[in-house]
Amino acid sequence: MLQHTTEAVGAHGTFHPFLLGWIVLLPLLGFLINGVLALMWWRRGPAPAGPEPSEQEAHAHGGDAHPGVEEQHPAPLDKPWTRTLPSLVAPGVVLAAFAIALVNFWGMLGAELHEPVIERYWSWMPVGSLQVDAALQLDQLSMLMTLIITGVGALIHVFSVGYMREDPGYPRYMAYLNLFIFFMLVLVLGASYPVMFVGWEGVGLCSYLLIGFWFKEQANADAGKKAFIVNRIGDAGFLIAMMLMFANLGTLSFSEVFAAAPGGLAYGGVVVTAVCLFLFLGAAGKSAQIPLYIWLPDAMAGPTPVSALIHAATMVTAGVYLVVRSSVLFTMAPTASLVVALIGALTAIFAATIGLKQWDIKKVLAYSTVSQLGFMFAAVGMGAYVAGVFHLMTHAFFKACLFLGSGAVIYAMHHALHATHNPADAQDMRNMGGLKRYLPVTFATMGIATLAIAGVPPFAGFFSKDEIIGAAWLGAGGTSPMAQATLLGIPGTAVMGFIGGTLTIAALLTAFYMGRMMLYTFFGPNRTGAEEERHLHEAGPTMTVPLVALATLSAVGGFLNVEHEVPIVGWFDFGQGAALHHWLHPVIAGSEEVVRANLGELMEPHHAWWPIVLAIVIGVGGLLLARALLNPDALRPAGVEPDYTSAPERVLYNKYWIDELYHALVVRPVNVVSQVFYRVFDRGIIDGIVDGGARMLQGIGLYTGTRVQTGQTNTYAFVIIIGVLVVLGAFTL
Amino acid sequence: MQELYGSHWILAALLVIPLIGALAAFAAGEANAKRVALAVGIIEFVVSVPLFWTFDAAAVCQQSGLVGPGQIGSLPVPFQNCGDVAWMPDWGIHYRVGLDGISLFMVLLTTLLLPLMVLGSWTYIQQRQRLYYSMLLALTTGVVGVFVALDLFLFYVFWEMVLIPMYFLIGIWGGKERIYAAVKFFLYTAFGSLLMLVAILYLFFQVRALVGTPTFSYFDFIRLPLTGTQQGWLFLAFALAFAVKVPMFPFHTWLPAAHVQAPTAGSVVLAGVLLKMGTYGFLRFALPLFPHAATARTTVTIAMVLGLIGIIYAAMVAAVQPNAKRLVAYTSVAHLGFVVLGIFAFNLQGIQGALLVMIGHGLSTPMLFFLLGMLYERRHSYEVGDFGGLAASMPLFATMLVFAAMASIGLPGTSGFVSEFLVLLGTFQSNPFVALIATAGVIFAAYYMLPMVQRTIFNRLDRRENHAIADLNSREMAILVPLVILILWIGVYPRPFLDRMEPAATALVEGLQNTRLAPDPARVANVGVPPMPELP
Amino acid sequence: MIAQTLPANAGLYLSAILFAIGVAGVMIRRNAIILFMCIELMLNAANLAFVWFSPFAGVQGQVFVFFVIAVAAAEAAVGLAIILAVFRHKETVNINEFSLLRF
Repeated sequence: MLQHTTEAVGAHGTFHPFLLGWIVLLPLLGFLINGVLALMWWRRGPAPAGPEPSEQEAHAHGGDAHPGVEEQHPAPLDKPWTRTLPSLVAPGVVLAAFAIALVNFWGMLGAELHEPVIERYWSWMPVGSLQVDAALQLDQLSMLMTLIITGVGALIHVFSVGYMREDPGYPRYMAYLNLFIFFMLVLVLGASYPVMFVGWEGVGLCSYLLIGFWFKEQANADAGKKAFIVNRIGDAGFLIAMMLMFANLGTLSFSEVFAAAPGGLAYGGVVVTAVCLFLFLGAAGKSAQIPLYIWLPDAMAGPTPVSALIHAATMVTAGVYLVVRSSVLFTMAPTASLVVALIGALTAIFAATIGLKQWDIKKVLAYSTVSQLGFMFAAVGMGAYVAGVFHLMTHAFFKACLFLGSGAVIYAMHHALHATHNPADAQDMRNMGGLKRYLPVTFATMGIATLAIAGVPPFAGFFSKDEIIGAAWLGAGGTSPMAQATLLGIPGTAVMGFIGGTLTIAALLTAFYMGRMMLYTFFGPNRTGAEEERHLHEAGPTMTVPLVALATLSAVGGFLNVEHEVPIVGWFDFGQGAALHHWLHPVIAGSEEVVRANLGELMEPHHAWWPIVLAIVIGVGGLLLARALLNPDALRPAGVEPDYTSAPERVLYNKYWIDELYHALVVRPVNVVSQVFYRVFDRGIIDGIVDGGARMLQGIGLYTGTRVQTGQTNTYAFVIIIGVLVVLGAFTL
Repeated sequence: MQELYGSHWILAALLVIPLIGALAAFAAGEANAKRVALAVGIIEFVVSVPLFWTFDAAAVCQQSGLVGPGQIGSLPVPFQNCGDVAWMPDWGIHYRVGLDGISLFMVLLTTLLLPLMVLGSWTYIQQRQRLYYSMLLALTTGVVGVFVALDLFLFYVFWEMVLIPMYFLIGIWGGKERIYAAVKFFLYTAFGSLLMLVAILYLFFQVRALVGTPTFSYFDFIRLPLTGTQQGWLFLAFALAFAVKVPMFPFHTWLPAAHVQAPTAGSVVLAGVLLKMGTYGFLRFALPLFPHAATARTTVTIAMVLGLIGIIYAAMVAAVQPNAKRLVAYTSVAHLGFVVLGIFAFNLQGIQGALLVMIGHGLSTPMLFFLLGMLYERRHSYEVGDFGGLAASMPLFATMLVFAAMASIGLPGTSGFVSEFLVLLGTFQSNPFVALIATAGVIFAAYYMLPMVQRTIFNRLDRRENHAIADLNSREMAILVPLVILILWIGVYPRPFLDRMEPAATALVEGLQNTRLAPDPARVANVGVPPMPELP
Repeated sequence: MIAQTLPANAGLYLSAILFAIGVAGVMIRRNAIILFMCIELMLNAANLAFVWFSPFAGVQGQVFVFFVIAVAAAEAAVGLAIILAVFRHKETVNINEFSLLRF
């Protein structure tokens, strides 16, 4: 089946991809093994096993655990291998994939490729002029994404071993997680839009299955369904973009599209703008941007490692990846890019305000994720593709760390609450407080991640976030390729100035709500309860080791990309310089080509002191502001603490009632129209006509029939004789 | 092997085996009827399978047809396994059969579903088993006949022959309102096909008037010069018959009624192959016979609009059905809407996509019906409200249901995605606006399917009777696993399918495009057949 | 001999009278058994006509009479069986009560 393998010649030698297919296949293999295990495990044996005290099951519901309300269900037969085997297989395959990816990474590092390596396996959809191959493409961008996915993914798999081991659905969970890694790798390694779409929808499926993992709680199943349907709205956009591309360029593979687009489509024309806007619709669905962000906060219904892996580190960044991958197209459509940037910035500040007033620790992090994704979109929309990918990477480190940390907190909280049969909410920060005494490792690692996300130098987030905000200020000064475009008549420079201001405020809010979260969770007195307090303790090494690893990455990840010429930032240049810029340059070279061809040489950026100082002030200031304004000592447990009363607080706590708005404006009308279609059109009109027609004919038949066909033999005989007489008479006449 | 499978005996065997099987099943007695039927079904399938590998897309074979004025001779036609036996020669009626890339997969789909249907009825059918399995087998003969017939008279005979066993399957072994459903099914489809009969007879007399020789051959009809008006009316008569069968939007209400009442196997064969008879009819007859009328702007607009309405409207109606079987029935209308769009896109992607949708839908929807039937055997209900949380008590069932649902809504990796993607690409090239709206069908697919899945297998397991419910047994898995494998195969590596249907699709598209360029009714599409001999 | 003493059309008149009686009976009477007897009367009226004509038209008429008698016997057997079956069902032989064929 394998048709041929390409090798690529780089500046410093040739590069042969090493077992590229296996990076993708290994997680699939893990899925199959774990999936079979899960099904075998759940098959009931001859003797019905008694109801198992499903500890994790109740824990599962985290926030709304009701111990004792668990209904009886056929419990799985526990065998010795049912928990050991998934614990080895699932992280094992991802680690192996990571190892292969590393080998390839070294190879690429040495070769300095200019072109992507493409491995074709078989012809997938050969129909007429459409030729789609099942092919994988390895270039610097997909390499980086693969490393993040398999690396962070492996850590989260290890964490899951500790977190989910006691759950009755453990092998099933691991199977889904492996399947997710498989699809995610297909997404980033696919060599064409359709192959990418396979991964795109596949990760959506896994997200759906994992959000609804504890399916017995209707809220969880609802959240999964919501995620899938909202994602599908975006997917429809992706599909339309593909149709547009095929109709106008006649191809869908990356290399051919990007080669054909600059010549085949008009710069800033309607087609390329439409393609980009539809692609962005897809990206907005997957990456939770306005107006399709609503599913992500609900997605926190899934197990916490899932939130870390799928809903923070990898899947939700697929939209950013899509835009960067299509950088040639987006550069050709500056207006569409400005839309992307503007929506990103608006999402960033919008979600950040909601994050200010949430009590659920995972909800805070969820809105934080939406907000940070907005930062990334703002970056890629302004043409700062590397800055977007840079933030994607650092965000994967610190947000995964934060989510896993919150998982460790919830785990500890749940065990404590469960031990004392306390029905309180294990995810509500009002029930926490002072946890740094009981969970020192979690506190330290989450602290580092918080410093990173707040943008305190020299942690990772500082560099990436600063690069984004800096790009906005520079763009406002006219150095961005989008600066000369207009959006609804507003010049690009003005739009980017607005974006810069918005992002600055959003960054301040980020630091503030993260400070609030840390304060309420780890500082002040403990509010869990006197009895429960004794049961609070740190989890085992499977959970702490990944935390430490991710915290380390959050601390040092920023040094990967240090722009020497930027003030203050330049101090951290230890000889590596802007390594990421250099690394990703071949990927975005096509877009630079487009800029040169259409706009000529852009202005040299001039880096000023004030944006950097402002960034540091905001990062540190936001945290200090939280410390100054909020008092964890005064907070009381969830049942006692009064609800928000002031109008702004209620608006923020209830997320601007957007869910309710959508429900009233979209969900209900669609349901009503559907009902009307069914009851009025289908049953009423169409069936009415059909059945009515049949009944009318029947009626006519009955009316005449009962008068002629009396059923009396005599009548028939009489008619026959009359008939005979008539015939005879006719003959004689 | 190649030699045997190139001959027409193989098609004759596929037609005769089920008929003999029907007699054998009837003779076998109540207890053994299903065993006989299973054996016959497996034989039928095994006999048909090699067709897939021996199929030669470039093959040409000889069929009798007009070669000169009033002169019947042998014509080269782009088919294989051609059979030609005079049946009523005075009227030009022959047993003419043949296979091409369009009919091949329909035949294979039918023979694949036959043994699965027998297995699916194994414990479901308790009464009058002899009659039941005879009907099922007789039905298969009719369906295979529809797909291989190349003589319009023969085609019509098979077309109507399908109605009778189906009528009894619904009317005898159906649910509470089975009589209503059976009569509705019969009248709806009979109404449509009578118009087609009139049109066939008209064509027959036209040919006879032109060349003085009676013939019902497809290849003679296809070369008959017709005026635009004639084409318009004849197309309307054919299209109405097929539109009822598909079913297209305003003619679809028989389908939910029939599906809800029919026994599992009845629903399976209905969704799996009977609906495809309609779209097959468009591809085989309505389009090539009347290309001028079919490609007219009005026709295309009406077909596209009805297809679109089918996709969106049926999806929305499906979403509010409390009865799972009725829901799946409406999803069929939506899927077949995609087929209609693909056909009337008149390009390769559209038509091959439409064919793939026909195959994929013939796998995923039967799978859903099988699953619902398995549930019905256990709980005697199709109401989703009666279930919930089944994933805890029936994990295998839950896995299969999620898979079938994902295949149905076209998740990449399953047959649904490849086919719908091709249809959308094809439609976009000929009619971008239609494709844009049709893409919304992708969203609606999730909107109707996921709530059904959720309310069946997720949520709380809150009904006592659902706790001890048994998971799928090995017989039931034997039904589902082949479907799963095929769905994945087409989703991942559809090339063997696309390659085999490509020449037939290309010929169809070229015939239609030539007509569009030169709308001279005398120069109708000729699917690789020499032109009609002129009058002396 | 008899033929010489009777008017030439006497048999035909008798046949017509018998037939008319049969027809009238079928139309007027409601008892199924009597209806049956009336039908037999009509058949025999036809037989008489056949026989009466045979000296002029050949032997076929007489042969045909045998056929009619045989068919009438078969018909009587089937008819009476039907009447019996219906009687068991309805407890009456009044044909006004029989309208099963009516929709």
